Amino acid sequence: MNTPPPREEDLLRFVDGALAPSDAAAVERALAADPQLAARVAADRAVAAALNDAFAPVLEDELPPRLLAATRPRRSWPGIALRAAAAVLFLAIGAAGGWYARDLVPLPSAVPEPALPRVAANAHRVFVVEVRHPVEVGADEEAHLVQWLSRRMGSPLRVPRLDGAGYQLVGGRLLAGARGPAAQFMYQTTAGQRLTLYVATNPNNRETAFRFAEENGSSVFYWYDGPLGYALSGDVGRAQLLPLARAVYEQIAN
Amino acid sequence: MPSREDIVELMPRLRRYARALVGDAERADDLVQDCVERALSRWHLWREPHDLRAWLFTIMHNIHANAVRRVVRGPGFVDIEHASAAASPADQIDRIALGEVLNRLYALPDAQRTVVLLVALEGMTYDEVAAILGIPVGTVMSRLSRARERLREPDGAAGLRVVK
Repeated sequence: MNTPPPREEDLLRFVDGALAPSDAAAVERALAADPQLAARVAADRAVAAALNDAFAPVLEDELPPRLLAATRPRRSWPGIALRAAAAVLFLAIGAAGGWYARDLVPLPSAVPEPALPRVAANAHRVFVVEVRHPVEVGADEEAHLVQWLSRRMGSPLRVPRLDGAGYQLVGGRLLAGARGPAAQFMYQTTAGQRLTLYVATNPNNRETAFRFAEENGSSVFYWYDGPLGYALSGDVGRAQLLPLARAVYEQIAN
Repeated sequence: MPSREDIVELMPRLRRYARALVGDAERADDLVQDCVERALSRWHLWREPHDLRAWLFTIMHNIHANAVRRVVRGPGFVDIEHASAAASPADQIDRIALGEVLNRLYALPDAQRTVVLLVALEGMTYDEVAAILGIPVGTVMSRLSRARERLREPDGAAGLRVVK
């Protein structure tokens, strides 16, 4: 059986877990047939993981005072004027009913809508940097994890799989959400890139479409479905996160 | 409009990338400080919608690239001891020798090291890296390909034959 060797571009993306599932499957077939190629990919992933491990501790360092001081204004914070301008802009387009403006201008705190993506993104930020204790219960105890979190959430949970996209389940944890218990599942590529799925109760049981938010530098897709609300957070761009969010949605809905 | 808190939020990542890029902790923080100060001095150029992380990394890259162009570099001081000592002790077994990987990393030309680190540490897409470095996506991929080849070489022979 002669399969054409994978393109260099696809191999690069495969190593980074950035290849579309169908193309990734083709690369996997090629790797199965070619041990030398498989060894190359394994070596590249090992290098990426080693680099991540080597520098991960910097993320947990306390920030040096001189760097914190650098973010403080010397005379005037130039953002203030622009912030005021943005507020005016918000009022202007808010009047025009621009839903689109949500992504552009900070929302006034009275608007409750962004609670889910914000809470999810905060939980994401807190735990993705964890080296030792990223989860409470690991993927090796998946049955226990699902049973435990389902009981605490009061709804049967499903843990979607994203292996096809290069993200393996790390495990999950219980969190205190705004209205009671919430659950967080973490996924990770071999290069250490992490995603978290935050699951919270859905206060008024309505359903929504997919929505996108950027919170604290993380991309978040969120939606409500039945008794639960879901938010998938990642430190990747919107375009990269969308197919992953779709995969999660489809697995939960079916 | 991002705020001071947003910059502080991103700072651990800026520091991690800078540390990996230049090796030495003090020089890395100098780079982060220069980056933040320059960003604030250009705050009025901010346009929504815009990715703050991409903007800060672009600024940092430009500062670093200028510094590299100015200074004729000797063998850079590599803080391997700190990096490996701080690394998580878990899964030592199938981990490749970290010191060796770092040696090869710092033997890479700057242009290749930049691409490898933005992809490996920040998980950026090739498009994002291209935008930050101001180069075509094809160039990002060819640099990544060459860098990975050198990083995985058993003795790093080709990687060390960089002529000054």
